[in-house]
Amino acid sequence: MNVTVRLQREVFDIGAETAAMTRGRSDIGAVVTFIGICRADENGAPITALTLEHYPGMAEAEIARHVEETCARWPLRGVTVIHRYGRIEPGEVIVLVATASGHREAAFSGASFLMDYLKTRAPFWKQVETAAGTDWVEAKAEDEAAAERWAGAQPDVEQPR
Amino acid sequence: MRLLYFAWVRERLGKAEERLDPPAAVATIGELMNWLAGRGEQYAHAFENAKVIRAAIDHRHVRPDAPIAGASEIAFFPPMTGG
Repeated sequence: MNVTVRLQREVFDIGAETAAMTRGRSDIGAVVTFIGICRADENGAPITALTLEHYPGMAEAEIARHVEETCARWPLRGVTVIHRYGRIEPGEVIVLVATASGHREAAFSGASFLMDYLKTRAPFWKQVETAAGTDWVEAKAEDEAAAERWAGAQPDVEQPR
Repeated sequence: MRLLYFAWVRERLGKAEERLDPPAAVATIGELMNWLAGRGEQYAHAFENAKVIRAAIDHRHVRPDAPIAGASEIAFFPPMTGG
């Protein structure tokens, strides 16, 4: 199991990270990657930048717990989560969630589950810069609902690890 | 104990952290928020809508009824917007 959880200011390289996740393994048949990107607008208004505040120590611990739960639910062979913090401009990447498994169902579901939990429980807070000044982004009810839909849901098919 | 504040909770208080020792009667997270709210105007403003504020004890999310005895680090913050 190749697991990487990293917080950093710098932009990451998706190709390098997925290569590292699958390196040395011949049992991976599926890799799914999700990349979160900074849009140029928030709530219909243009933004010039996004600043991500985080809780050092807890952010890594909480993401690691989510990864553990994801791996307990699905037969994954690799997981990589990289979350940036600090000042981020429109068009730049914010977060990478990549999963690897023998077959695709686990990789797709695991990545989706992990992202839904990251949106609601990982201690990060976004602040946008607009022409009018700075503003804290509010948590969305849809994100909470997305995380809740996994409670009680079990993987569809038992897959060989 | 060490108290940490994030995002607009931190802004309203004007500080990111402090060390405080609440009285023994303050037993839970909810009671701690009430006690903090009474410490001055900035505290009252930060904790005026306690239902919206989330808490963590030693890097784990907790509910308002969680006991604070033995905690070394307690953090207060708004709902998260990561990912």
